[in-house]
Amino acid sequence: MTVLQRLFSFNGGVKPAYNKEASTGLPIAMAPMPAQLVIPLHQSIGGTPRPLVAAGEYVLKGQRIGGADGDVSSAVHASTSGTVVAVEMRLMPHTSGLSARCVVIQPDGREEWIPRQPFDYRGATPEQTRDYLRDAGVVGLGGAVFPSYLKINPGKSGKLDTLVLNGAECEPFITCDDVLMRERAASILKGALIMREMLGAARVLIGIEDNKPQAIAAMEAAARAANEEAGHPAMQVVAVPTRYPAGGAKQLIRVLTGIEVPHGKRSTDYGVQCFNVATAYAIYEAIALGQPLISRIVTVAGNVARARNYEVLFGTPMRDLVDLCDPRPDSDRVIMGGPMMGLLMPADSVPVVKAANCVLVGSPKLFPAPPPEMPCIRCGECAKACPADLQPFELYWFSRARIFGKAQEYHLFDCIECGCCAYVCPSHIPLVDYYRFAKSEIWARETQKEAADVARERYEFRLLREERDKQEKAAKLAARTVAARATAAAALAAAEKPVITAADVAKKALITAALERARAQKAGVRQENTGNLTPGQQAEIAAIEARRAEIREMAKPHLRQDD
Amino acid sequence: MNNSPYLLQPASVQSVMLRVLIALLPGIAAYVWFFGAGILVQIGLASIAALAAEALMLALRGKPLQLFLGDGSALVTAWLIALSFPSIAPWWLTVSATLLAIIVAKHLYGGLGQNPFNPAMVAFALMIVAYPQLMSQWPAAGATDFAMQWQAIFGSRMIDAITMATPLDAVRTALHAAHANTTVAGVLAANPAIGGIGGKGWEWVAAGHLAGGLWLLRQRIITWHMPLAFLAGLCLVAGLFNLIDGARFAAPLFHLFSGGAMLGAFFIVTDPVSGATTPRGKLIFAAGVALLTWIIRSFGAYPDGIAFAVLLMNIAVPLIDMYTQPPVFGHKDGEAR
Repeated sequence: MTVLQRLFSFNGGVKPAYNKEASTGLPIAMAPMPAQLVIPLHQSIGGTPRPLVAAGEYVLKGQRIGGADGDVSSAVHASTSGTVVAVEMRLMPHTSGLSARCVVIQPDGREEWIPRQPFDYRGATPEQTRDYLRDAGVVGLGGAVFPSYLKINPGKSGKLDTLVLNGAECEPFITCDDVLMRERAASILKGALIMREMLGAARVLIGIEDNKPQAIAAMEAAARAANEEAGHPAMQVVAVPTRYPAGGAKQLIRVLTGIEVPHGKRSTDYGVQCFNVATAYAIYEAIALGQPLISRIVTVAGNVARARNYEVLFGTPMRDLVDLCDPRPDSDRVIMGGPMMGLLMPADSVPVVKAANCVLVGSPKLFPAPPPEMPCIRCGECAKACPADLQPFELYWFSRARIFGKAQEYHLFDCIECGCCAYVCPSHIPLVDYYRFAKSEIWARETQKEAADVARERYEFRLLREERDKQEKAAKLAARTVAARATAAAALAAAEKPVITAADVAKKALITAALERARAQKAGVRQENTGNLTPGQQAEIAAIEARRAEIREMAKPHLRQDD
Repeated sequence: MNNSPYLLQPASVQSVMLRVLIALLPGIAAYVWFFGAGILVQIGLASIAALAAEALMLALRGKPLQLFLGDGSALVTAWLIALSFPSIAPWWLTVSATLLAIIVAKHLYGGLGQNPFNPAMVAFALMIVAYPQLMSQWPAAGATDFAMQWQAIFGSRMIDAITMATPLDAVRTALHAAHANTTVAGVLAANPAIGGIGGKGWEWVAAGHLAGGLWLLRQRIITWHMPLAFLAGLCLVAGLFNLIDGARFAAPLFHLFSGGAMLGAFFIVTDPVSGATTPRGKLIFAAGVALLTWIIRSFGAYPDGIAFAVLLMNIAVPLIDMYTQPPVFGHKDGEAR
């Protein structure tokens, strides 16, 4: 059934060459087992999971090797059976070149699974299901790797209007969602139905860019079948115009529903929730098959002779994948993600992680170094291209001049770092780098300010406490004096008219002191302006703080003076 | 190696400036056709002066010469100066104006992208204040040949013989003379060299700039906001006063096609560096220029007011931009920022 869906539009966006055909010619292939799997414990937004295994231990395929730690965190699992060789610091798939704790597994080649059984989510409470998904390691596979269990929550109202499945896949070169939808449409929709039930969503809109006709056809057929089975036309596939970044969650929600979710707000407050199609598939695997997330589809493309999509176990070195695809001799870099938002890898030995939707091989010819940066001429091309309706050149001026307050006033944090502004800039200014710089500076200052606030509060409380102790002592002394006098008076005036006993006086003094203390405590407690951050934001800040600390550590040898 | 994005659209400041120069060609062609090749000499003089001044300043400021000299921005300034000056102005007038524009109005403020005032208009305003006589001598259509123009530019030939007032000037001067019975129509009719819509020949130059400007719009180098707001603003205010007192105030069409209105609408008001940047800001900025232009044309001491109007509005740009920031994604329901 083709229901005509009214589409909305977002402003801005760009249309780079898509280069998607090269990797969609062949079906998904299973990547071969590498000699060793290096599985980073930290693969999602939020706290780093605690290691649950030690060197020398034997692990089964799908066995939990990292347990979720904190409110925002997600488990990680052994991608195959074998022996844990080490739990140690290894190079991470991040531009910073930092290392983090990884579990190194020597595969035994037997691929021996843990016992798998479907999870009865209908018989479980929502909390139990969410805990299950957290422990199954399901995170957003569009690239943001936000723990999915936190998003499968309808919020206060208990139900939503729309569940959006994001199959837009707007970045050039990347086709992992495309082929997944072509080959596993029915399973994706089963995952979507589970999410729909948990979210109480009235309808499911599946947004796919119209440059993927085969994926649209496959998903439409599957949606028809699913709707017939359910006897209810809840699922609808919608072809959306091809324009980067149509696959940004907020942009896709806007295109499909007309709702604009402001920065820092939960989309569920607006009755919408959005998941990537690959995440829906992962939820299907976790709940219907009892398999935790141990692999994903990865596009290998760019400067290779045979681009293709592979199902890759987490921990597989990117180099192994690149070698499968015949990289051309002038290849000089590996990028995780697409050419608009992807991260430059510090080496091709880094492992594939949950965020790795694409391993993009670059060359000086494919991605030439940008021409020399020229001054901004305020032509406004960036503003025309910005999908968040920002004035990027103003943010650039403020960031460059370190006027961070103004940058925030001009909505720096609404920037999604999609790269459209830098893509169109005739002066070739690396605009996004300026925003990244400004954001991290602001986060650092806020953290510093918070630490200073805490210290100041502690100091003020100490002063209060000392004052209180002094007063209490004085009160006690007074009470004792009064008591002594009363005793003396009582002794003097025989036992004829007892007016106030000494005990009463002492009690009164103590009550006064207690009241004083309560008041002092009340004054000591202050409202913190950073108190109402979402868990996501807190996690983001924590992650950035950790990265900063490590960068500082790394930079120390290069710095003559202490900063 | 750089960070994402790794893809860049093939665009450059150079290609932007080059397309602006190309868009000026139709207007220049019409200019040459009606008024002789003197304008080409002026363009050449201004270009050489601009490039020399640019090179000097870049060298003094320690900037990469080739990169910035090749960006074409100095040439755009030079051409706009040549096109807004009389084509028979003496060579030193054009050259010193160009030097002023590039050295003072552009580089002393920080160079490309940093100048708060439109350099070409700074040059025009300074020169019309300093040399009002020389800046008001325009060749009449078909009245001079190239040799005479050459002599006017480089020689010391008495040039009064070959010049005449521009239509704008004629109308303004006549009306300022305060003869109770002078009317716009009367002035235009009494002077045979002034004909058509905006003066004989000038309307074709204006049409050439209009064509070039529309091409720039198609090329997405400029947006519709500024030209439309400027031309509509000029039309509106001129039309209103023309309706009130047709004898004293010229018709809108006359304003649109005389003086630098078309050049201004598409090439001067639209200067991105010194103009407003937000969509609403662009409308306000250009409408403000139009209003001031009309006021100066009608009541001021100078024949054309675009230069002063642009400079005055340049001052207001930071304020305009600040108050016209467009709503950001997700904050469109009037939520305070």
